[in-house]
Amino acid sequence: MNFWIVQALNGLQLSMLLFLLSIGLTVIFGLMHFVNLAHGALYALGAYVGVSAFALTGMYWGAFLLAPIAVALAGVVLYLGLIRRMRKAGPMNQVLVTFGLIFVLLDITRIIWGDLALSIPEPQLFTGRSEVLGVAYPTYRLFIIGLGLTVMAGLWLLLSRTQIGAMIRAGVDNDQMAACLGINVERLFFIVFCIGCALAGLAGAVAAPVLSVTPSMGTQLLIPVLIVVVIGGLGSLKGAIAGSLLVGFIQTFGAVLAPQLASVAIYALLAAVLIFRPAGLFPAKA
Amino acid sequence: MLEIDDLHTGYGETQVIYGLNLRASAGRVLAILGRNGAGKTTTMKAIMGLLPATRGSIRIEGKDIAGERTFDIARRGIAYVPETRDIFPSLTVKENLQLATRLAPANAEWTLERVLDFFPNLSRRLSNGGNELSGGEQQMLSIARALLMNPRLLLLDEPTEGLAPIIVRQIHEKLSELKAAGMTMVLVEQNFGFATELADDVHVIGRGETVWKGSSADIVADKAVQKKWLGV
Ligand SMILES: Nc1ncnc2c1ncn2[C@@H]1O[C@H](COP(=O)(O)OP(=O)(O)OP(=O)(O)O)[C@@H](O)[C@H]1O
Ligand SMILES: [Mg+2]
Repeated sequence: MNFWIVQALNGLQLSMLLFLLSIGLTVIFGLMHFVNLAHGALYALGAYVGVSAFALTGMYWGAFLLAPIAVALAGVVLYLGLIRRMRKAGPMNQVLVTFGLIFVLLDITRIIWGDLALSIPEPQLFTGRSEVLGVAYPTYRLFIIGLGLTVMAGLWLLLSRTQIGAMIRAGVDNDQMAACLGINVERLFFIVFCIGCALAGLAGAVAAPVLSVTPSMGTQLLIPVLIVVVIGGLGSLKGAIAGSLLVGFIQTFGAVLAPQLASVAIYALLAAVLIFRPAGLFPAKA
Repeated sequence: MLEIDDLHTGYGETQVIYGLNLRASAGRVLAILGRNGAGKTTTMKAIMGLLPATRGSIRIEGKDIAGERTFDIARRGIAYVPETRDIFPSLTVKENLQLATRLAPANAEWTLERVLDFFPNLSRRLSNGGNELSGGEQQMLSIARALLMNPRLLLLDEPTEGLAPIIVRQIHEKLSELKAAGMTMVLVEQNFGFATELADDVHVIGRGETVWKGSSADIVADKAVQKKWLGV
Protein backbone atom coordinates (compact mmCIF):
# COMPACT_ATOMS: atom_id res chain seq x y z
CA MET A 1 0.00 0.00 0.00
CA ASN A 2 2.69 2.47 1.02
CA PHE A 3 4.52 1.66 -2.16
CA TRP A 4 1.54 2.74 -4.25
CA ILE A 5 1.06 5.98 -2.36
CA VAL A 6 4.72 6.92 -2.68
CA GLN A 7 4.76 6.13 -6.39
CA ALA A 8 1.52 8.03 -6.92
CA LEU A 9 3.06 11.07 -5.23
CA ASN A 10 6.19 10.66 -7.36
CA GLY A 11 4.01 10.47 -10.45
CA LEU A 12 2.12 13.57 -9.37
CA GLN A 13 5.34 15.45 -8.79
CA LEU A 14 6.70 14.59 -12.24
CA SER A 15 3.33 15.51 -13.73
CA MET A 16 3.56 18.98 -12.20
CA LEU A 17 6.98 19.62 -13.75
CA LEU A 18 5.67 18.40 -17.09
CA PHE A 19 2.66 20.66 -16.69
CA LEU A 20 4.74 23.77 -15.99
CA LEU A 21 6.67 23.10 -19.19
CA SER A 22 3.87 21.98 -21.46
CA ILE A 23 1.31 24.68 -20.70
CA GLY A 24 3.39 27.47 -22.24
CA LEU A 25 4.30 25.38 -25.24
CA THR A 26 0.74 24.27 -25.96
CA VAL A 27 -0.89 27.71 -25.65
CA ILE A 28 1.83 29.29 -27.78
CA PHE A 29 1.24 26.62 -30.38
CA GLY A 30 -2.53 27.00 -30.21
CA LEU A 31 -2.34 30.76 -30.54
CA MET A 32 0.29 31.10 -33.22
CA HIS A 33 1.04 27.66 -34.62
CA PHE A 34 4.58 28.21 -33.53
CA VAL A 35 6.66 25.29 -32.27
CA ASN A 36 9.44 26.34 -29.95
CA LEU A 37 11.67 23.30 -29.56
CA ALA A 38 14.02 25.37 -27.40
CA HIS A 39 11.42 25.43 -24.63
CA GLY A 40 13.27 22.61 -22.85
CA ALA A 41 16.54 24.51 -23.07
CA LEU A 42 14.81 27.45 -21.35
CA TYR A 43 13.91 25.10 -18.53
CA ALA A 44 17.59 24.16 -18.16
CA LEU A 45 18.49 27.84 -18.28
CA GLY A 46 16.03 28.41 -15.42
CA ALA A 47 17.76 25.73 -13.36
CA TYR A 48 21.20 27.26 -13.98
CA VAL A 49 20.06 30.79 -13.22
CA GLY A 50 18.58 29.28 -10.07
CA VAL A 51 21.97 27.84 -9.13
CA SER A 52 23.65 31.24 -9.58
CA ALA A 53 20.84 33.10 -7.85
CA PHE A 54 21.22 30.74 -4.91
CA ALA A 55 24.99 31.35 -4.84
CA LEU A 56 24.32 35.08 -4.97
CA THR A 57 21.54 35.41 -2.42
CA GLY A 58 22.27 32.35 -0.30
CA MET A 59 18.57 31.60 -0.35
CA TYR A 60 16.48 29.07 -2.21
CA TRP A 61 13.80 31.74 -2.63
CA GLY A 62 16.26 33.91 -4.51
CA ALA A 63 16.44 31.15 -7.13
CA PHE A 64 12.68 30.64 -7.03
CA LEU A 65 12.09 34.31 -7.80
CA LEU A 66 14.95 35.19 -10.14
CA ALA A 67 14.87 32.13 -12.42
CA PRO A 68 11.42 32.84 -13.91
CA ILE A 69 12.24 36.54 -14.30
CA ALA A 70 15.56 35.83 -16.02
CA VAL A 71 14.07 33.25 -18.36
CA ALA A 72 11.17 35.57 -19.22
CA LEU A 73 13.78 38.20 -20.14
CA ALA A 74 15.59 35.60 -22.25
CA GLY A 75 12.19 35.04 -23.87
CA VAL A 76 11.88 38.74 -24.66
CA VAL A 77 15.32 38.68 -26.33
CA LEU A 78 14.45 35.52 -28.26
CA TYR A 79 11.14 36.94 -29.37
CA LEU A 80 12.51 40.28 -30.54
CA GLY A 81 15.67 38.86 -32.08
CA LEU A 82 14.43 35.70 -33.69
CA ILE A 83 10.87 34.54 -33.28
CA ARG A 84 9.19 37.72 -34.49
CA ARG A 85 11.13 37.45 -37.74
CA MET A 86 10.23 33.77 -38.06
CA ARG A 87 6.49 34.21 -37.66
CA LYS A 88 5.69 33.87 -41.34
CA ALA A 89 8.56 31.55 -42.20
CA GLY A 90 6.54 28.33 -42.07
CA PRO A 91 6.70 25.40 -39.66
CA MET A 92 9.71 23.69 -41.21
CA ASN A 93 11.95 26.74 -40.83
CA GLN A 94 10.66 27.40 -37.32
CA VAL A 95 11.40 23.85 -36.25
CA LEU A 96 14.90 24.03 -37.74
CA VAL A 97 15.73 27.38 -36.18
CA THR A 98 14.42 26.51 -32.71
CA PHE A 99 16.12 23.11 -32.99
CA GLY A 100 19.38 24.93 -33.66
CA LEU A 101 18.62 27.19 -30.73
CA ILE A 102 18.69 24.15 -28.43
CA PHE A 103 22.37 23.70 -29.20
CA VAL A 104 23.15 27.39 -28.90
CA LEU A 105 21.54 27.55 -25.47
CA LEU A 106 23.19 24.25 -24.50
CA ASP A 107 26.61 25.64 -25.32
CA ILE A 108 25.92 28.94 -23.61
CA THR A 109 25.04 27.11 -20.39
CA ARG A 110 28.17 24.96 -20.81
CA ILE A 111 30.40 28.00 -21.28
CA ILE A 112 28.94 29.84 -18.29
CA TRP A 113 28.31 27.02 -15.82
CA GLY A 114 30.48 24.13 -17.06
CA ASP A 115 29.69 20.47 -17.60
CA LEU A 116 29.51 19.24 -14.03
CA ALA A 117 26.20 18.49 -12.41
CA LEU A 118 25.15 21.24 -10.00
CA SER A 119 22.30 21.58 -7.57
CA ILE A 120 20.49 23.80 -5.11
CA PRO A 121 19.64 22.69 -1.59
CA GLU A 122 16.02 22.51 -0.57
CA PRO A 123 14.61 25.55 1.20
CA GLN A 124 14.72 25.30 4.99
CA LEU A 125 10.97 25.62 5.14
CA PHE A 126 10.50 22.34 3.26
CA THR A 127 13.32 20.07 4.41
CA GLY A 128 12.75 16.59 5.81
CA ARG A 129 9.68 14.49 5.42
CA SER A 130 6.01 14.94 6.12
CA GLU A 131 3.35 12.38 6.65
CA VAL A 132 0.72 12.02 3.93
CA LEU A 133 -1.83 9.21 3.92
CA GLY A 134 0.30 7.27 6.36
CA VAL A 135 3.61 7.51 4.51
CA ALA A 136 6.57 9.77 5.17
CA TYR A 137 7.22 11.70 1.96
CA PRO A 138 9.83 14.39 1.24
CA THR A 139 8.27 17.72 2.13
CA TYR A 140 9.91 19.54 -0.74
CA ARG A 141 8.33 17.20 -3.26
CA LEU A 142 4.96 17.89 -1.70
CA PHE A 143 5.74 21.56 -2.19
CA ILE A 144 6.33 20.92 -5.92
CA ILE A 145 2.96 19.19 -6.14
CA GLY A 146 1.27 22.06 -4.32
CA LEU A 147 2.98 24.63 -6.50
CA GLY A 148 1.90 22.83 -9.68
CA LEU A 149 -1.69 22.67 -8.47
CA THR A 150 -1.57 26.37 -7.55
CA VAL A 151 -0.27 27.34 -10.99
CA MET A 152 -2.96 25.18 -12.60
CA ALA A 153 -5.67 26.89 -10.57
CA GLY A 154 -4.21 30.32 -11.29
CA LEU A 155 -4.02 29.71 -15.02
CA TRP A 156 -7.51 28.26 -15.02
CA LEU A 157 -8.82 31.42 -13.36
CA LEU A 158 -6.81 33.59 -15.75
CA LEU A 159 -8.08 31.80 -18.84
CA SER A 160 -11.69 31.32 -17.83
CA ARG A 161 -12.46 34.39 -15.76
CA THR A 162 -10.49 37.33 -17.07
CA GLN A 163 -10.74 39.45 -20.17
CA ILE A 164 -7.22 38.62 -21.28
CA GLY A 165 -8.09 34.94 -20.82
CA ALA A 166 -11.10 35.33 -23.12
CA MET A 167 -8.88 37.15 -25.61
CA ILE A 168 -6.38 34.28 -25.55
CA ARG A 169 -9.12 31.67 -26.05
CA ALA A 170 -10.59 33.73 -28.89
CA GLY A 171 -7.15 34.02 -30.48
CA VAL A 172 -6.64 30.26 -30.27
CA ASP A 173 -10.10 29.65 -31.78
CA ASN A 174 -9.73 32.09 -34.66
CA ASP A 175 -6.94 34.65 -34.75
CA GLN A 176 -8.30 36.46 -37.80
CA MET A 177 -11.71 37.07 -36.26
CA ALA A 178 -10.04 38.11 -33.01
CA ALA A 179 -8.11 40.73 -34.98
CA CYS A 180 -11.37 41.90 -36.55
CA LEU A 181 -12.54 42.73 -33.02
CA GLY A 182 -9.55 45.00 -32.57
CA ILE A 183 -7.40 42.50 -30.66
CA ASN A 184 -3.66 42.77 -31.26
CA VAL A 185 -3.09 39.03 -31.45
CA GLU A 186 0.64 39.40 -31.98
CA ARG A 187 1.04 41.29 -28.71
CA LEU A 188 -1.11 38.68 -27.00
CA PHE A 189 1.22 36.05 -28.38
CA PHE A 190 4.21 37.93 -27.01
CA ILE A 191 2.66 38.09 -23.53
CA VAL A 192 1.77 34.40 -23.59
CA PHE A 193 5.24 33.55 -24.84
CA CYS A 194 6.85 35.43 -21.95
CA ILE A 195 4.55 33.78 -19.40
CA GLY A 196 5.40 30.39 -20.94
CA CYS A 197 9.12 31.17 -20.64
CA ALA A 198 8.71 32.30 -17.03
CA LEU A 199 6.94 29.03 -16.18
CA ALA A 200 9.70 27.03 -17.88
CA GLY A 201 12.25 28.96 -15.79
CA LEU A 202 10.24 28.35 -12.66
CA ALA A 203 10.10 24.64 -13.44
CA GLY A 204 13.89 24.60 -13.80
CA ALA A 205 14.49 26.30 -10.45
CA VAL A 206 11.94 24.09 -8.70
CA ALA A 207 13.43 20.91 -10.17
CA ALA A 208 17.00 21.88 -9.26
CA PRO A 209 16.88 20.54 -5.67
CA VAL A 210 15.50 17.14 -6.75
CA LEU A 211 17.17 16.54 -10.11
CA SER A 212 20.76 17.32 -10.89
CA VAL A 213 21.31 20.43 -12.96
CA THR A 214 23.10 19.43 -16.16
CA PRO A 215 23.25 20.97 -19.62
CA SER A 216 21.20 18.11 -21.05
CA MET A 217 18.35 18.29 -18.54
CA GLY A 218 16.27 20.26 -21.03
CA THR A 219 16.66 17.88 -23.92
CA GLN A 220 15.82 14.96 -21.61
CA LEU A 221 12.49 16.52 -20.74
CA LEU A 222 11.69 17.90 -24.20
CA ILE A 223 10.37 14.64 -25.67
CA PRO A 224 7.98 13.84 -22.78
CA VAL A 225 6.78 17.46 -22.87
CA LEU A 226 6.09 17.31 -26.61
CA ILE A 227 4.23 14.06 -26.04
CA VAL A 228 2.14 15.76 -23.33
CA VAL A 229 1.25 18.54 -25.75
CA VAL A 230 0.25 16.13 -28.53
CA ILE A 231 -1.68 13.77 -26.25
CA GLY A 232 -3.50 16.58 -24.46
CA GLY A 233 -4.48 18.39 -27.64
CA LEU A 234 -2.95 21.61 -28.90
CA GLY A 235 -3.76 24.86 -27.23
CA SER A 236 -5.81 23.75 -24.24
CA LEU A 237 -5.20 23.99 -20.51
CA LYS A 238 -7.33 20.91 -19.88
CA GLY A 239 -5.25 19.02 -22.42
CA ALA A 240 -1.98 20.06 -20.77
CA ILE A 241 -3.28 18.93 -17.38
CA ALA A 242 -4.58 15.59 -18.65
CA GLY A 243 -1.49 14.94 -20.77
CA SER A 244 0.89 15.79 -17.91
CA LEU A 245 -0.90 13.46 -15.51
CA LEU A 246 -0.98 10.60 -18.01
CA VAL A 247 2.66 10.90 -19.01
CA GLY A 248 3.85 11.57 -15.44
CA PHE A 249 2.06 8.52 -14.04
CA ILE A 250 2.92 6.18 -16.89
CA GLN A 251 6.60 7.14 -16.69
CA THR A 252 6.72 6.77 -12.92
CA PHE A 253 4.80 3.51 -12.64
CA GLY A 254 6.40 2.15 -15.79
CA ALA A 255 9.85 2.69 -14.32
CA VAL A 256 9.10 0.72 -11.15
CA LEU A 257 6.68 -1.93 -12.43
CA ALA A 258 8.07 -2.82 -15.82
CA PRO A 259 11.45 -1.13 -16.25
CA GLN A 260 12.15 -2.94 -19.51
CA LEU A 261 8.94 -1.52 -21.02
CA ALA A 262 8.98 1.90 -19.40
CA SER A 263 10.71 3.76 -22.19
CA VAL A 264 8.30 2.34 -24.76
CA ALA A 265 5.17 2.92 -22.70
CA ILE A 266 4.70 6.62 -23.38
CA TYR A 267 5.28 6.11 -27.09
CA ALA A 268 2.64 3.39 -27.05
CA LEU A 269 0.31 5.83 -25.33
CA LEU A 270 1.15 8.47 -27.92
CA ALA A 271 0.43 6.05 -30.76
CA ALA A 272 -2.86 4.96 -29.19
CA VAL A 273 -4.03 8.55 -28.73
CA LEU A 274 -3.05 9.48 -32.26
CA ILE A 275 -4.99 6.52 -33.65
CA PHE A 276 -8.18 7.03 -31.66
CA ARG A 277 -8.14 10.80 -31.03
CA PRO A 278 -5.86 12.31 -33.67
CA ALA A 279 -6.45 15.85 -32.35
CA GLY A 280 -5.54 14.80 -28.79
CA LEU A 281 -7.76 14.32 -25.76
CA PHE A 282 -8.93 17.92 -25.25
CA PRO A 283 -7.98 20.00 -28.31
CA ALA A 284 -8.77 23.72 -28.07
CA LYS A 285 -10.24 23.67 -31.54
CA ALA A 286 -13.18 21.31 -31.67
CA MET B 1 -17.17 56.79 -46.55
CA LEU B 2 -15.44 53.86 -48.26
CA GLU B 3 -13.62 54.33 -51.54
CA ILE B 4 -11.72 51.54 -53.21
CA ASP B 5 -9.67 52.23 -56.32
CA ASP B 6 -7.84 49.77 -58.54
CA LEU B 7 -7.70 47.07 -55.85
CA HIS B 8 -5.63 44.00 -56.66
CA THR B 9 -5.62 41.17 -54.17
CA GLY B 10 -5.76 37.40 -53.81
CA TYR B 11 -4.42 34.43 -51.94
CA GLY B 12 -0.66 34.24 -52.29
CA GLU B 13 0.07 33.35 -55.89
CA THR B 14 -3.62 33.16 -56.79
CA GLN B 15 -4.79 36.61 -57.79
CA VAL B 16 -8.57 37.00 -57.49
CA ILE B 17 -9.35 40.72 -57.66
CA TYR B 18 -8.03 42.78 -60.59
CA GLY B 19 -8.55 46.52 -60.39
CA LEU B 20 -11.77 46.68 -58.41
CA ASN B 21 -13.44 50.04 -57.76
CA LEU B 22 -16.08 50.62 -55.14
CA ARG B 23 -17.91 53.54 -53.50
CA ALA B 24 -20.01 53.29 -50.36
CA SER B 25 -21.49 56.54 -49.09
CA ALA B 26 -22.25 57.45 -45.52
CA GLY B 27 -25.73 56.61 -44.28
CA ARG B 28 -26.46 54.37 -47.27
CA VAL B 29 -26.52 50.63 -47.89
CA LEU B 30 -24.40 49.27 -50.71
CA ALA B 31 -25.08 45.74 -51.95
CA ILE B 32 -22.30 43.82 -53.67
CA LEU B 33 -23.73 41.17 -55.96
CA GLY B 34 -22.03 38.57 -58.12
CA ARG B 35 -21.96 34.89 -58.88
CA ASN B 36 -20.29 32.24 -56.76
CA GLY B 37 -16.56 32.75 -56.77
CA ALA B 38 -16.77 36.26 -58.21
CA GLY B 39 -14.56 37.63 -55.44
CA LYS B 40 -17.06 39.22 -53.05
CA THR B 41 -15.69 37.62 -49.89
CA THR B 42 -12.16 38.27 -51.09
CA THR B 43 -12.99 41.98 -51.38
CA MET B 44 -14.39 42.05 -47.83
CA LYS B 45 -11.28 40.35 -46.49
CA ALA B 46 -9.07 42.85 -48.26
CA ILE B 47 -11.00 45.74 -46.69
CA MET B 48 -10.40 44.19 -43.24
CA GLY B 49 -6.70 43.77 -44.00
CA LEU B 50 -6.97 39.99 -43.83
CA LEU B 51 -5.63 39.83 -47.38
CA PRO B 52 -2.92 42.20 -48.63
CA ALA B 53 -3.74 44.73 -51.32
CA THR B 54 -0.98 44.16 -53.84
CA ARG B 55 -2.04 47.32 -55.67
CA GLY B 56 -4.59 50.08 -55.30
CA SER B 57 -6.06 52.00 -52.40
CA ILE B 58 -8.78 51.45 -49.81
CA ARG B 59 -9.82 54.75 -48.22
CA ILE B 60 -12.02 55.30 -45.21
CA GLU B 61 -13.18 58.91 -45.01
CA GLY B 62 -10.20 59.85 -47.12
CA LYS B 63 -7.57 57.92 -45.14
CA ASP B 64 -5.84 55.10 -47.02
CA ILE B 65 -5.97 51.97 -44.87
CA ALA B 66 -4.47 49.52 -47.38
CA GLY B 67 -1.55 47.83 -45.67
CA GLU B 68 -2.72 48.61 -42.14
CA ARG B 69 -3.00 45.73 -39.68
CA THR B 70 -6.43 44.17 -39.20
CA PHE B 71 -6.83 45.21 -35.57
CA ASP B 72 -6.02 48.82 -36.45
CA ILE B 73 -8.60 48.74 -39.24
CA ALA B 74 -11.16 47.31 -36.81
CA ARG B 75 -10.33 50.07 -34.33
CA ARG B 76 -11.04 52.65 -37.02
CA GLY B 77 -14.66 51.60 -36.73
CA ILE B 78 -15.07 48.98 -39.41
CA ALA B 79 -16.97 45.94 -38.18
CA TYR B 80 -17.16 42.68 -40.08
CA VAL B 81 -19.80 39.97 -40.09
CA PRO B 82 -18.04 37.21 -42.05
CA GLU B 83 -19.69 34.67 -44.30
CA THR B 84 -18.74 31.91 -41.85
CA ARG B 85 -20.02 33.98 -38.88
CA ASP B 86 -16.91 33.03 -36.91
CA ILE B 87 -18.40 32.79 -33.45
CA PHE B 88 -15.67 31.77 -31.00
CA PRO B 89 -16.65 28.23 -29.95
CA SER B 90 -14.62 28.24 -26.71
CA LEU B 91 -16.33 31.39 -25.50
CA THR B 92 -19.84 31.72 -24.17
CA VAL B 93 -22.31 33.93 -26.00
CA LYS B 94 -21.76 36.60 -23.37
CA GLU B 95 -17.98 36.40 -23.70
CA ASN B 96 -18.29 36.64 -27.48
CA LEU B 97 -20.17 39.90 -26.99
CA GLN B 98 -17.97 41.26 -24.21
CA LEU B 99 -14.88 40.86 -26.33
CA ALA B 100 -16.33 43.45 -28.71
CA THR B 101 -17.24 45.91 -25.93
CA ARG B 102 -13.63 45.99 -24.77
CA LEU B 103 -12.69 49.09 -26.74
CA ALA B 104 -16.02 50.89 -26.49
CA PRO B 105 -15.92 54.41 -25.05
CA ALA B 106 -18.02 55.12 -21.95
CA ASN B 107 -20.73 56.90 -23.93
CA ALA B 108 -20.91 54.22 -26.64
CA GLU B 109 -24.11 54.07 -28.63
CA TRP B 110 -24.28 50.28 -28.62
CA THR B 111 -24.02 48.62 -25.21
CA LEU B 112 -24.57 45.04 -24.16
CA GLU B 113 -28.07 45.91 -22.90
CA ARG B 114 -29.05 47.67 -26.10
CA VAL B 115 -27.78 44.85 -28.27
CA LEU B 116 -29.73 42.32 -26.21
CA ASP B 117 -32.84 44.47 -26.60
CA PHE B 118 -32.23 44.46 -30.32
CA PHE B 119 -31.77 40.66 -30.45
CA PRO B 120 -33.90 39.37 -27.52
CA ASN B 121 -33.22 35.75 -28.56
CA LEU B 122 -29.61 36.17 -27.51
CA SER B 123 -30.40 37.19 -23.94
CA ARG B 124 -31.72 33.69 -23.27
CA ARG B 125 -28.51 32.17 -24.60
CA LEU B 126 -25.90 34.24 -22.78
CA SER B 127 -24.34 31.39 -20.83
CA ASN B 128 -24.43 28.96 -23.74
CA GLY B 129 -21.22 28.06 -25.52
CA GLY B 130 -20.65 29.70 -28.89
CA ASN B 131 -20.84 26.24 -30.48
CA GLU B 132 -24.30 25.52 -29.06
CA LEU B 133 -26.25 27.98 -31.20
CA SER B 134 -28.46 27.42 -34.22
CA GLY B 135 -27.40 28.97 -37.52
CA GLY B 136 -29.82 31.87 -37.08
CA GLU B 137 -28.64 32.54 -33.54
CA GLN B 138 -25.03 32.47 -34.69
CA GLN B 139 -25.83 35.02 -37.36
CA MET B 140 -27.57 37.28 -34.85
CA LEU B 141 -24.65 36.93 -32.46
CA SER B 142 -22.22 37.77 -35.23
CA ILE B 143 -24.20 40.92 -36.11
CA ALA B 144 -24.63 41.83 -32.43
CA ARG B 145 -20.91 41.46 -31.86
CA ALA B 146 -20.20 43.71 -34.84
CA LEU B 147 -22.61 46.35 -33.54
CA LEU B 148 -20.82 46.37 -30.18
CA MET B 149 -17.75 47.58 -32.05
CA ASN B 150 -19.85 50.75 -32.52
CA PRO B 151 -18.86 50.83 -36.17
CA ARG B 152 -19.18 53.66 -38.61
CA LEU B 153 -19.12 51.07 -41.38
CA LEU B 154 -20.67 47.62 -41.11
CA LEU B 155 -19.58 44.90 -43.53
CA LEU B 156 -21.96 41.95 -43.89
CA ASP B 157 -21.04 38.89 -45.96
CA GLU B 158 -24.12 36.84 -46.94
CA PRO B 159 -26.03 37.23 -43.66
CA THR B 160 -28.90 35.08 -44.94
CA GLU B 161 -26.90 32.15 -46.29
CA GLY B 162 -28.34 28.79 -45.25
CA LEU B 163 -31.03 30.26 -42.99
CA ALA B 164 -34.74 29.42 -42.82
CA PRO B 165 -37.08 31.97 -44.49
CA ILE B 166 -38.50 33.11 -41.16
CA ILE B 167 -35.01 33.90 -39.84
CA VAL B 168 -34.14 35.64 -43.10
CA ARG B 169 -37.20 37.88 -42.56
CA GLN B 170 -36.09 38.66 -38.99
CA ILE B 171 -32.64 39.60 -40.14
CA HIS B 172 -34.12 41.72 -42.89
CA GLU B 173 -36.17 43.62 -40.30
CA LYS B 174 -33.17 44.16 -38.09
CA LEU B 175 -30.98 45.41 -40.91
CA SER B 176 -33.80 47.70 -42.07
CA GLU B 177 -33.94 49.17 -38.56
CA LEU B 178 -30.22 49.76 -38.67
CA LYS B 179 -30.53 51.39 -42.06
CA ALA B 180 -33.32 53.64 -40.81
CA ALA B 181 -31.05 54.66 -37.94
CA GLY B 182 -28.45 55.76 -40.48
CA MET B 183 -25.92 52.92 -40.29
CA THR B 184 -23.60 52.73 -43.29
CA MET B 185 -23.51 49.15 -44.57
CA VAL B 186 -21.84 47.13 -47.28
CA LEU B 187 -23.81 43.97 -47.87
CA VAL B 188 -22.68 40.98 -49.91
CA GLU B 189 -25.63 38.83 -50.94
CA GLN B 190 -26.66 35.98 -53.20
CA ASN B 191 -30.31 36.56 -52.28
CA PHE B 192 -31.22 39.12 -54.96
CA GLY B 193 -34.59 40.08 -53.47
CA PHE B 194 -33.17 40.52 -49.99
CA ALA B 195 -30.30 42.64 -51.22
CA THR B 196 -32.24 44.94 -53.55
CA GLU B 197 -34.99 45.57 -50.98
CA LEU B 198 -32.42 46.66 -48.43
CA ALA B 199 -29.82 48.43 -50.51
CA ASP B 200 -29.77 51.92 -51.97
CA ASP B 201 -26.84 51.28 -54.29
CA VAL B 202 -25.66 48.15 -56.02
CA HIS B 203 -22.28 47.10 -57.38
CA VAL B 204 -21.91 43.90 -59.35
CA ILE B 205 -18.58 42.07 -59.24
CA GLY B 206 -17.57 39.70 -62.01
CA ARG B 207 -14.20 38.30 -63.00
CA GLY B 208 -12.50 40.14 -60.16
CA GLU B 209 -13.66 43.65 -60.98
CA THR B 210 -16.70 45.89 -60.71
CA VAL B 211 -18.72 45.29 -63.87
CA TRP B 212 -21.87 47.27 -63.07
CA LYS B 213 -22.86 50.13 -60.76
CA GLY B 214 -26.24 51.69 -60.17
CA SER B 215 -29.19 51.90 -57.85
CA SER B 216 -31.31 49.04 -56.54
CA ALA B 217 -34.21 50.18 -58.69
CA ASP B 218 -31.98 50.21 -61.78
CA ILE B 219 -30.84 46.63 -61.38
CA VAL B 220 -34.30 45.35 -60.52
CA ALA B 221 -35.50 46.85 -63.82
CA ASP B 222 -32.52 45.71 -65.86
CA LYS B 223 -33.13 42.05 -66.67
CA ALA B 224 -30.19 41.95 -69.09
CA VAL B 225 -27.65 42.82 -66.39
CA GLN B 226 -29.25 40.32 -64.01
CA LYS B 227 -29.01 37.60 -66.61
CA LYS B 228 -25.49 38.40 -67.71
CA TRP B 229 -23.81 38.82 -64.31
CA LEU B 230 -26.03 37.13 -61.77
CA GLY B 231 -27.75 34.35 -63.68
CA VAL B 232 -31.03 35.39 -62.05
N1 LIG C 1 -8.20 30.51 -49.44
C1 LIG C 1 -8.20 30.58 -50.79
N2 LIG C 1 -7.09 30.26 -51.49
C2 LIG C 1 -7.09 30.32 -52.85
N3 LIG C 1 -8.15 30.72 -53.57
C3 LIG C 1 -9.28 31.06 -52.94
C4 LIG C 1 -9.37 31.00 -51.51
N4 LIG C 1 -10.60 31.40 -51.16
C5 LIG C 1 -11.25 31.67 -52.30
N5 LIG C 1 -10.46 31.49 -53.37
C6 LIG C 1 -10.84 31.71 -54.78
O1 LIG C 1 -11.08 33.07 -54.97
C7 LIG C 1 -12.18 33.26 -55.85
C8 LIG C 1 -13.16 34.21 -55.22
O2 LIG C 1 -13.64 33.65 -54.01
P1 LIG C 1 -14.61 34.42 -53.04
O3 LIG C 1 -14.74 33.60 -51.83
O4 LIG C 1 -14.16 35.83 -52.89
O5 LIG C 1 -15.95 34.39 -53.87
P2 LIG C 1 -17.39 34.92 -53.48
O6 LIG C 1 -17.75 35.93 -54.49
O7 LIG C 1 -17.42 35.33 -52.06
O8 LIG C 1 -18.27 33.62 -53.71
P3 LIG C 1 -19.50 33.02 -52.88
O9 LIG C 1 -20.70 33.71 -53.39
O10 LIG C 1 -19.49 31.57 -53.23
O11 LIG C 1 -19.25 33.27 -51.44
C9 LIG C 1 -12.75 31.88 -56.12
O12 LIG C 1 -12.34 31.49 -57.41
C10 LIG C 1 -12.14 30.99 -55.09
O13 LIG C 1 -11.88 29.71 -55.63
MG1 LIG D 1 -18.29 34.59 -50.40
